[in-house]
Amino acid sequence: MDLRAFGEAFIAMLENIGIPEGWVLLINWILGALILLVVALLLAIFLIWFERKVAGRVQDRLGPNRVGPWGLIQPFADALKLLTKEAITPDNADRITYNLAPVIAVFHIIMLFAVIPFADRVVGANINVGILYLMAFGALGAMAMLMAGWSSRNKYALLGGFRVVAQLLSYEIPVGLAMLVVVLLSGTMNLNGIAQGQGGLFGLGWYVLALPAVFVMYFVAALAEGERAPFDLLEAESEIVAGYNIEYSAMKFAWFYLAFFLNTWVLSAVAVTLFFGGWQGPGAAQFPILGVIYFFIKVFIMFFVFAWVRATFPRLRIDQMMSFCWKVLVPMGLALFLSVAIVLKLGLPDVATWALLFVVNIVILVVTLKLLGNYTSDLSRTQNKRLFAPELPRL
Amino acid sequence: MVGQILFIFIAVVTLLMALGVVVARNLFHAALFLVGVFFGVATLFILLEAEFLAMAQIIIYIGAIATLIVFAIMLSRGMMGKHLGKYNKQWYFAGGAMIFFFGLVSWLLVKMPFAPVSAEAPTDAIQQIGSGFVGHYVVPFEVASVLLLVALVGAIMLARERNS
Repeated sequence: MDLRAFGEAFIAMLENIGIPEGWVLLINWILGALILLVVALLLAIFLIWFERKVAGRVQDRLGPNRVGPWGLIQPFADALKLLTKEAITPDNADRITYNLAPVIAVFHIIMLFAVIPFADRVVGANINVGILYLMAFGALGAMAMLMAGWSSRNKYALLGGFRVVAQLLSYEIPVGLAMLVVVLLSGTMNLNGIAQGQGGLFGLGWYVLALPAVFVMYFVAALAEGERAPFDLLEAESEIVAGYNIEYSAMKFAWFYLAFFLNTWVLSAVAVTLFFGGWQGPGAAQFPILGVIYFFIKVFIMFFVFAWVRATFPRLRIDQMMSFCWKVLVPMGLALFLSVAIVLKLGLPDVATWALLFVVNIVILVVTLKLLGNYTSDLSRTQNKRLFAPELPRL
Repeated sequence: MVGQILFIFIAVVTLLMALGVVVARNLFHAALFLVGVFFGVATLFILLEAEFLAMAQIIIYIGAIATLIVFAIMLSRGMMGKHLGKYNKQWYFAGGAMIFFFGLVSWLLVKMPFAPVSAEAPTDAIQQIGSGFVGHYVVPFEVASVLLLVALVGAIMLARERNS
């Protein structure tokens, strides 16, 4: 099945009815947006089931298993329960801001779906500034959580809001640096172009082969950007109860929950597009439908890793988390960026460039881990309250 | 046609938001209106097919500046949830300065001849901007980054704990 032919047939049909050209375009846009919206919401329901199942298995439990086969209908039951619950608004809450916050939280994630290439040229908006678009709308999330934290008039919510700004703004830098390195290598900011650039070796010439350390950096920072354990300090139950969404109940809370799962899915999809070839795979260039299948398989493997990490690791302390970003990830990202830029300037043939990039990445990764290991294995420091005291580590 | 309707709608919403920034009694609300204004301006850039500018507008103004403004408001004492007065002792000075700058900008806009370069927006705008930064405009670009670095170091020096 060719998706493009289907789309063109639909446009021709609309024009035959006698709708003017401008309106046909508008109808197409609205339909495309609706399809993306429905896909996103259905995905979220499945993702919630998937994550609970993975977490259950990792922790030697069964996970949801009562409603429907393998508990597949469980999220629908949960959604119904949330819909029927009473929506409580605190008396002192700032009503408009309070109600707007969950809307913006979901809105910014669904906007991100627009630039993700599901298959070759099957993308909501094939814009040339795709990477910048991801950064721009990703940054709106912090705003939504700040609004939620402030408008609830609750000190724990406010503390959660402070943590949101500290964490999300800091970890945006390593995420951005990782994206920049990929842009250096691919020479385009168009996400579909980046996926197209990984078509070597029968669709297996993925950038992760040349940039493993960059992928590791992106993955760790994405854990923090997605508010997932071990970086889920925004909603650390043991410290600040539930963080910014503490005063939200029923469907308003469900929107934040939805945003959380969709955010992780988008971060996985971006990781797959940047480092694992997106829709690329053997035969994907000939049969576009294969691209969709490859893409979803890869994204779900990536999402599984996210869920696995979340179910496995305990939470970091907040000063450790901030230090890890600014003293480990950011210098590592700058070193990677500089070295990749230099290697690409050498003008070697493709295979030699990729081999050299791989070596450089491994060296930087090993040096980073070595420094980190030396630093943390120094007992006099680990017994100190502030693990990452502001001194230079010794090699 | 559709473009004009969109432009008028976005412009009206943006201006109303801008009005909201000025008249909102609550500082936090004013900051949120400011976010709305930035968003409206970004949408106008998209209507002009200046994608890079629109995205830069959202990243820098909403992602960084507005978030920090909100953060600063949340951290400052006595500003949370209080309704502040509209006027203070400096209102006449501020009003005079505003009228002066408004007049200056309108005068410049009327006097300045804007020659239309080309009706088509370049398709590889982002490549041109990129090579401009590291080519023709490298010196101003570097000077701006050094300025930002100085501000960064200065902020850290002001904020660091003194253990004397």
